Amino acid sequence: MIKATPILEVRDLRKSYGKVKAVDGISFAVREGSCFGILGPNGAGKTTAIEVIETIHDPDSGTILYRGEAVARSFKENIGIQFQDTSLQEFLTVRETLELFSKLYPRPRPMDEIIADCSLEEFIDRDNRKLSGGQRQRMLLGIALVNNPDLLFLDEPTTGLDPHARRNFWRLVQGIKAQGKTVILTTHYMDEAEYLCDDIIVMDHGHIIESGRPRELLLKHFGEAVIRVPEAAVPAGAAFSCPAESEEGFVSLTCADTDATLRELVAAGVDLRGVLVERRNLDDLFLKLTGSGLD
Amino acid sequence: MQKFWAVFVARNLEFFRDRSTLIFNLVFPIILIFGFAFAFPGGGGTTFKIGTVGEAPAAGSASDVAFLHYKNLQLVPYASLEQPLDRLAHHQIDMVIDYSKGEYYVNDASANGYVLEKMLLPANSGKAAGAVVFAKKTVTGAPIRYVDWFIPGVIGINILFGSLSGVGFVIVRYRRNGVLKRFKATPLSAFQFVSAQVLSRFFIVAFISAVIFTGTDLVLHFRMAGSWGLLALVNALAILCMISIGLVFASRIKSEEVAGGIMNLITWPMMILSGVFFSLEGTPRAMQVASRAFPITYYIEASRAIMLDGAGFAQVAGDLGVLAAMTLVFLAAAAALFKWE
Ligand SMILES: Nc1ncnc2c1ncn2[C@@H]1O[C@H](COP(=O)(O)OP(=O)(O)OP(=O)(O)O)[C@@H](O)[C@H]1O
Ligand SMILES: [Mg+2]
Repeated sequence: MIKATPILEVRDLRKSYGKVKAVDGISFAVREGSCFGILGPNGAGKTTAIEVIETIHDPDSGTILYRGEAVARSFKENIGIQFQDTSLQEFLTVRETLELFSKLYPRPRPMDEIIADCSLEEFIDRDNRKLSGGQRQRMLLGIALVNNPDLLFLDEPTTGLDPHARRNFWRLVQGIKAQGKTVILTTHYMDEAEYLCDDIIVMDHGHIIESGRPRELLLKHFGEAVIRVPEAAVPAGAAFSCPAESEEGFVSLTCADTDATLRELVAAGVDLRGVLVERRNLDDLFLKLTGSGLD
Repeated sequence: MQKFWAVFVARNLEFFRDRSTLIFNLVFPIILIFGFAFAFPGGGGTTFKIGTVGEAPAAGSASDVAFLHYKNLQLVPYASLEQPLDRLAHHQIDMVIDYSKGEYYVNDASANGYVLEKMLLPANSGKAAGAVVFAKKTVTGAPIRYVDWFIPGVIGINILFGSLSGVGFVIVRYRRNGVLKRFKATPLSAFQFVSAQVLSRFFIVAFISAVIFTGTDLVLHFRMAGSWGLLALVNALAILCMISIGLVFASRIKSEEVAGGIMNLITWPMMILSGVFFSLEGTPRAMQVASRAFPITYYIEASRAIMLDGAGFAQVAGDLGVLAAMTLVFLAAAAALFKWE
């Protein structure tokens, strides 16, 4: 099988701020047309990593390859960026702001397409400071799309949005993916990563501590499901074939085959009342990997 | 070029839509001008100013003019007669005494000159033999109102603040709040960005200055002895020069507080030491030397010469040259120092 050149490849990237090693030797590759998620707690180095890749900051060392070649000046024309936090020139309407940015690129995308793609119609002539959080994120996404980029960077695009606005935003991102664009996304929300991302990496203290497809990672760390049995219901001396762990008054069994494990419990004479069968999500994976909550 | 225009236009829109800043930029200087026009309708302050030429006789000697040692008289030595006589004609000084020729000059339309002459005469007439008896000479000329003298200073201050805050402060703000970072993520080059800011600010400051000047001129009818074109050239150079200073201090600073502090550090000495509010004639030598370091001094000197004395290009070429040289130095420094972040 011939492996296609990844649209973006990063090798051993490092960036320090004084003594803080914000990004400490990360390597990964992003497939064209995929959505690539970068997860990690506050201060993990997500923003630093993508801003170095965007060539906003210079790396201390490491290689960044775009379509197999070192990034050139024209790289900026091929990427779109939505920063974690950004300000715009004041006293401009949304339309004027978009026009300003589209004039900075040699081959901008028609304005109406962007307005339609990001649902900007209802506030297109409003001052860009008088937008709700969700509207503002949609406008910033619009700005990131003015040059019709192949590669889109979104740094925590849905932080602070209500659940409805977040789902709306996901739909926009899905639409962008459907146009064949590649998306690199950082997020704190595991459901967002599960919903949008084809591949993820989990960062902590500047390192990648885990990477892969969301489903595979869950399977690897939690098996198919977790069966939680009240401790009182487990006969003394009972042994199980899958890894067991005691927590919060329950014995948690991480099992690859739910059916076999349940039969095992029955055979061991466990009372099945109060038994919970749970599917672990990325939140749990996150807690397990970083040993801490997200916030 | 298209990128340049896009940024240029956006910046202009931002400025002109920001009503409060716009109004402040216009109203404050206009109030200042009318305030001074009202407060000083005549030829300026109340102390007597006497220009002197040549070596003064020793104190107490027969030729000594006793009243010149009185308080509230300001003696301003000049190298030659030409300059003080010109000032006398415009009522900017009240009397000129030429020790070397034994002559004194007064302006026959000046009330202050009349009073000084009355003080001089008794000493003059009752002189011992061999002492110098000063001969009277007169010049004529209408007084220059303080406001005529003051207007270039106000426009100068307006240029100073408009340029420093409009370029310096604004770029620092853009850097702190991420506007610069957002532009850095696009193919826009630093040079395109900065030159668009400079040009935009140039037009804004020129526009505001023109509005202030013509607006107050409608009522106050300033004295304009020289050429409008030359005055416009002096203004244009001054604006460019101040903007380039703004660029130098905006090239690295990240915080608006630091920028504000530095701006005060630059503007206050410039305002006080450059002869905006009062003439530097007769002030300590150190102050006059210090004033030579500030571009606004050359601006005010040149525009006063044009407006009050009708100076032509040759007379202000020196000031223009200094302004142009300073502009180039500051622009080069800004280009070398500029960082997006
Ligand atoms: N400009 C800077 N100067 C100094 N240190 C910085 C700078 N930017 C980031 N850091 C440090 O680098 C580390 C990584 O920060 P970064 O912003 O990349 O984290 P993050 O994963 O994006 O966090 P968050 O989820 O909160 O956005 C942090 O310890 C931070 O304090
Ligand atoms: Mg971040």
